[in-house]
Amino acid sequence: MGEVIVVTSGKGGVGKTTTTANLGMSLALLGHRVALVDADIGLRNLDIVLGLENRIVYDLVDVVEGFCRLKQALIKDKRLDGLSLLPAAQTRDKSAVSPEQMRNICAELAREYDYVLVDSPAGIEQGFRNAAAAARRAIIVSTPEVMAVRDADRVIGLLEAMTIREPELIINRVRPAMVRRGDMMDIDDIIDILAIELLGVVPEDDAMLVSGNRGEPAVLNGSSRAGEAFRHIARRLRGENLPLYDLERPRGVLGRIRRLVGVERG
Amino acid sequence: MSGARERLGKVLRGLAGWARGAGWRGRPSGLLARERLRLVLVHDRTSTSPGLLEMLREDLIDVISGYMEIDRDGMEVSLSRASDSVMVVASIPVIRVKRQASGVGC
Repeated sequence: MGEVIVVTSGKGGVGKTTTTANLGMSLALLGHRVALVDADIGLRNLDIVLGLENRIVYDLVDVVEGFCRLKQALIKDKRLDGLSLLPAAQTRDKSAVSPEQMRNICAELAREYDYVLVDSPAGIEQGFRNAAAAARRAIIVSTPEVMAVRDADRVIGLLEAMTIREPELIINRVRPAMVRRGDMMDIDDIIDILAIELLGVVPEDDAMLVSGNRGEPAVLNGSSRAGEAFRHIARRLRGENLPLYDLERPRGVLGRIRRLVGVERG
Repeated sequence: MSGARERLGKVLRGLAGWARGAGWRGRPSGLLARERLRLVLVHDRTSTSPGLLEMLREDLIDVISGYMEIDRDGMEVSLSRASDSVMVVASIPVIRVKRQASGVGC
């Protein structure tokens, strides 16, 4: 039996979909079978991030309504063995699926796959409840901003009232130089305030935008710092006992020189 | 030894940060963000609105004014979180205690 994990945040635009895509790919790179479920019905984007948008024939709602079998709707990623996407419907809305139906679909997927990652829509309404319904674990994505952390706190409260054991936090788009000069909230402060387990931190990285443009998640790009952070988080997610990814670790000869002379990009 | 070096580094970085940005512009905005977040979460988690606190403040003034003269402008009423519980913290400067209490109970 595989694990069903929901990726959620409350606030929109903090990187849920990017996180789902990158963690899914990282787990597949590690040799796991992974199913990604886009639960953002009406506003699907996971297909774009993965570069699979041209291969969609059926979607989640088609499966629910019995127009096709689950296997027919799953898109297999040709770059990576073991990675599949169940796309959301684009022309329907959140009420097209019930929590019970989500539970059934995820249970069926969990029989075939080691990990089922459900990409939740923003908000705390039915779309979020559907996405979380089938999950036993939850990953909360936040950025180090007051607005995002506040919404994360709300979502943590709601998840704890559901059947989710301890939610785990990913802090995305961290800018170490800004943290150092005190213009960005400290990771420890956020953890302390939310009283939640920290799964990982991801640095702000221009490569993320480029990978979005190309439909190639950053974990496939060896030189992307954020990609490296996501690969690291995936290993922690599957239970490896690793310390947190070090955002400050200098990379390459140039990085070491920069650190020595105290010039760093922020 | 490395502990001392780390601490020194931290102090130096802190000073550098202060000199670069925060120093003359006031507190670093990261700290401000943290304090605003703490406060708003106290309200979110207890489902109380800042307006409710304002009403409490007015009522406190009424009650206390029966016993002593207080400095309304210097008065502060806030919620604060101590690990698992929430506290109402009121700081009420007293100007003069009245000789004859005219409180509700008298």
